Amino acid sequence: MSSVNASGAAPKAPTEVARQLPHGFRIVAWIGIVLGIVGAWLCLPPITERSWVWSLVVCLVAVMLGIGVVIRGERRFGGFAIASGAIGFAVAYLATLSSTGKLETVVVWSALFAATLRYATPLIFAAIGGMFSERSGVVNIGLEGMMLMGAFFAVLADDKTDSWIIGLAVGILSGGVAALVYAFFAIHLRADQILGGTAINFLCLGLTGYLYIDIYGTEGTASNTIQAIPDIHLSFLDGVPFLGPIFAQVNLMIWLALLLVVVSSIVMFRTPIGLRIRSVGEHPRAADTVGINVYAIRYSAVTLSGMLAAAGGAYLSIGFVNSFGENMTAGRGFIALAALIFGNWRPYGAAAACLLFGFSSALANRLPEYSDSASVLFQALPYVLTLIAVAGVIGRSTPPAADGRPYKKQ
Amino acid sequence: MSEDTKGPGAFAEPPEDPSGFGPHVGASLAERYSVAQKAEGILAPILTAVLAFLVGGLVVLVTTGKNPLTTYQAIFDGSGLNWLFPWVSGVERQTAALNFQQTLLIMTPLILTALAVSFAFRCGMFNIGGQGQYLVGSFFAVWIGSSLSGLNPYVHVIFAIVVAMIAGAVWAGIAGFLKATVGAHEVISTIMLNWVAIWVGMFLFGLGGPLQNGAQSDIPISNDVVPGAKLHVFWGDPEFQGLSIGIFIALAALVVYWVILNRTTLGYGVKAVGFNPEAARYGGISVSRNYFLAMAISGTFAGLAGALDILGWQFHIATSDIGASQIGFVGIAVALLGRNTAVGVGLSALLFAALVNGTSTRNLDPSIFQPELASNLTLLIQGLVVLFVGADVIVLTLLRRIRRRKPAPV
Repeated sequence: MSSVNASGAAPKAPTEVARQLPHGFRIVAWIGIVLGIVGAWLCLPPITERSWVWSLVVCLVAVMLGIGVVIRGERRFGGFAIASGAIGFAVAYLATLSSTGKLETVVVWSALFAATLRYATPLIFAAIGGMFSERSGVVNIGLEGMMLMGAFFAVLADDKTDSWIIGLAVGILSGGVAALVYAFFAIHLRADQILGGTAINFLCLGLTGYLYIDIYGTEGTASNTIQAIPDIHLSFLDGVPFLGPIFAQVNLMIWLALLLVVVSSIVMFRTPIGLRIRSVGEHPRAADTVGINVYAIRYSAVTLSGMLAAAGGAYLSIGFVNSFGENMTAGRGFIALAALIFGNWRPYGAAAACLLFGFSSALANRLPEYSDSASVLFQALPYVLTLIAVAGVIGRSTPPAADGRPYKKQ
Repeated sequence: MSEDTKGPGAFAEPPEDPSGFGPHVGASLAERYSVAQKAEGILAPILTAVLAFLVGGLVVLVTTGKNPLTTYQAIFDGSGLNWLFPWVSGVERQTAALNFQQTLLIMTPLILTALAVSFAFRCGMFNIGGQGQYLVGSFFAVWIGSSLSGLNPYVHVIFAIVVAMIAGAVWAGIAGFLKATVGAHEVISTIMLNWVAIWVGMFLFGLGGPLQNGAQSDIPISNDVVPGAKLHVFWGDPEFQGLSIGIFIALAALVVYWVILNRTTLGYGVKAVGFNPEAARYGGISVSRNYFLAMAISGTFAGLAGALDILGWQFHIATSDIGASQIGFVGIAVALLGRNTAVGVGLSALLFAALVNGTSTRNLDPSIFQPELASNLTLLIQGLVVLFVGADVIVLTLLRRIRRRKPAPV
C-alpha cells in the first residue's frame, strides 16, 4: 500500500508533472553542472593550467547545455548548469591571475572537503529537522533558537556528568522542549507561526545567555572539562590518498548527519508515516477526513524538528569547538532554513545545499591568504544564493501547500 | 506561499475558508490583529507586558533568589526614568538626567524600526528585516557623513539622512518587489537580506575594506562623521551621548505614519490589502503595487533610524557593533506590543528603550543585579512579549466569539 501511495501522492498538477516529464534533460543538466566544476578544476591544483582557454571552452559547453535544458522546460536544473558554468569560469579566470604557490596553499582539496563536512553537519541536522516541520505544514523559523538550546544544554550536561552521551541526550531533549512550546502555540493556540518562531528565537537566546552567565559567569566554560563527542577512526582509510585525510578521522556526528539524510529521505518518501506527514502539510482537511490525526502528526513533526536542530547545536558545542558562547550559533539556523528552501524541501536537495554552504564557509576561512575583506564578503554568499532561489530565477521553490497555515478541526 | 496558490494547480484550502481558521476568524494576520484591538483596547497590551514582566521576575527569583522587585527598581533607576520624578535632586538627578538622555537616544531608533515593522504589518506582511534596513541606512549615513567635509552643514545632514532613507527603502523594496512579482515570502527574503547587510557591513568597515578608517588601518572601524554632518544636540554632552534632535524626527515620523495610514489613499490601499488581498484586488486596488510600496516605506523608516543613530550620537560604525546590534529586532517586539498604532508604538518604544538602557552594563548597579544577566533578561521579556502577542490574538478572538457569537468584522 505504501509504495503505491508514495508515488501517486500529492496531486499538485504543474510542479509534479514538471518533475516527472523531462528526466533525460535533467541528466543533461547534471552533465552541464559537472562540466562547470571541471572547468574551474582545470585551473586549480593539482593540474593548475595557467591559461584559461580550456576552461572557457568547457564552461561554455556547460552553459549551452544549461540553456538548452531551460528552453525545454527544466528551468531549475538548467539554471544550475548555467550558474555552474559561469561561476566555474569566473573561478578559473581568477585562479590564473594568482601565483601557483598561493593556489597550492589555499586550495588543498582534502582539507577543504574535510572542513566542508564539519561546517555542513550542524546545518544538515537543522535543515532536515526543518524539513519534517515544514512538510507537516508548520513553518519553523525557530530553528536558530532550538539549535542554541541544544548547544547550551549539551555543554551544561556534559560538563556536569562528564559524559558526551548524556550531554548530547540532554541537548536534544532541550531542543525538543523548546519545539513543544512552539508547537503548542502554533498548533493548539493557532498563533501566527512566524511570530511564534521569532518569539522562540528571542526566548532561547535570552534563556541560554541568562543561564550561561548565571552558571559560568562572564569568563565562560573551560573547554578542558568538556567530554567531546568522539571521532570515528577508520584505520583502513589511513594511507589512502585524498579519501584518507577526509574520512579516516571524522566525528561521529558527521556520519550520523549523512545517515540522517538517507534515512529521512526514505521515511519521508517511502513509508506510510512520511506519506501522512506530507498529506498533512499539503491538505490537512483531506488528511483529517481519511482519519489521520493532524494535530498528532504536526506535534511529533515539530518536536522532531526541534530535537534534530538541537542535535546540530550540540555538535557545534561539544563536537566542534568544545565550549559554549552566547549566541554561538550565529545565524546557522537561518542558513539551515535557507538550505531547506534552496533544496526545495527535499532531504537530498537540502543536504546538497548544506554542503554547498559548508564549502563556501570552508573556502572563506582560507581566502584571507588573498584578501581579508574579500573572504568576509564571501560569507554573504549562502544568503545571496537563497535570495536568488526564492526569487525564482533558477526555477521556483515550491513549499508544501499548507505550510504556515494553522489547522482547525471541524 | 502567497500569490502562487491561485494557480491552476492550487488546491490548498476549500474556497469558503481560505484561512483555515474557520469562518469566524479573519484571513490575514492584520485582520486578526484589528479584531483583538477592537475587542479589548489598551487592556490587552498592558496585560501582555505585565505578564511578560511577571514571568521575567519569576526567572530572576528562581535562578538567583534575588527579589525581582528590587531588580526591576534598579533597572528603572538605570533607565533614568526617575528623572521624571520632581523629588529626585542633587547628584542623583544629574545621573538620572544622563541615563534618561541615553534612554531617549535608544528610543529614537526603536520608534522607527518599530514603524518599519508596523507599516508592513498593516499591509499583511511581516517585515523581519528591520535590522538589515537599519544597518544599510547607517552604512550610507556614515559614508556620506564622513566624506564631503566642505559642505554646508544643513545640506550635509539632510543629504545624509535622505540617502540613508533611500538606501533603507531600496533594501526593503527588494523584498517587496520579490513578493509582488514572484510571490517570494517576505519573511524569508528579509531574513536573507539581514545577513547580507551584516556581511556587507563587515566587508565595508573591516580591515582592508573600502570604507575602513583611513587614519588607523589596524582598527575595523569607519571614519568619524565630520562635525558639520552631526545632528544638533540640545540636552547633554554633544560629544558623548547627549540627546540630539533626532528624537523629534522620530516623533514626527509617528505623526507621518498615522497620517499616511489614516488620511491618504495610499494608506487606505495598504490597509485594504492587509485585511484581505482578494477583496482589495476585486475593489480595483493593485495588490502588488501596495506590497512593494509598503515594504519600501517600511525600509524608509528603518533607514532613517540608522541615519539618526549615526549622525546623532554614534558618529562611526565598528564591525563589532554591526553583529551585536539588536535595534531592528527589538523593534519587532515594540511594534507588536504597540499594536501597530502610532501612540502604542511610541509608548512601547519608551518601555523597551528603558529596559534596554536600564539593563546595560554601564547603567545597572552590579551590587543589586549582574548587568550581563539583566541584558539577557531583556531578551527573555522581549521573547515573551512576542509570544504572548501571537497567542493573545487567539485568546481574544475566542473570547469575543464566546461573548457575542457574531462573525468578526471584515
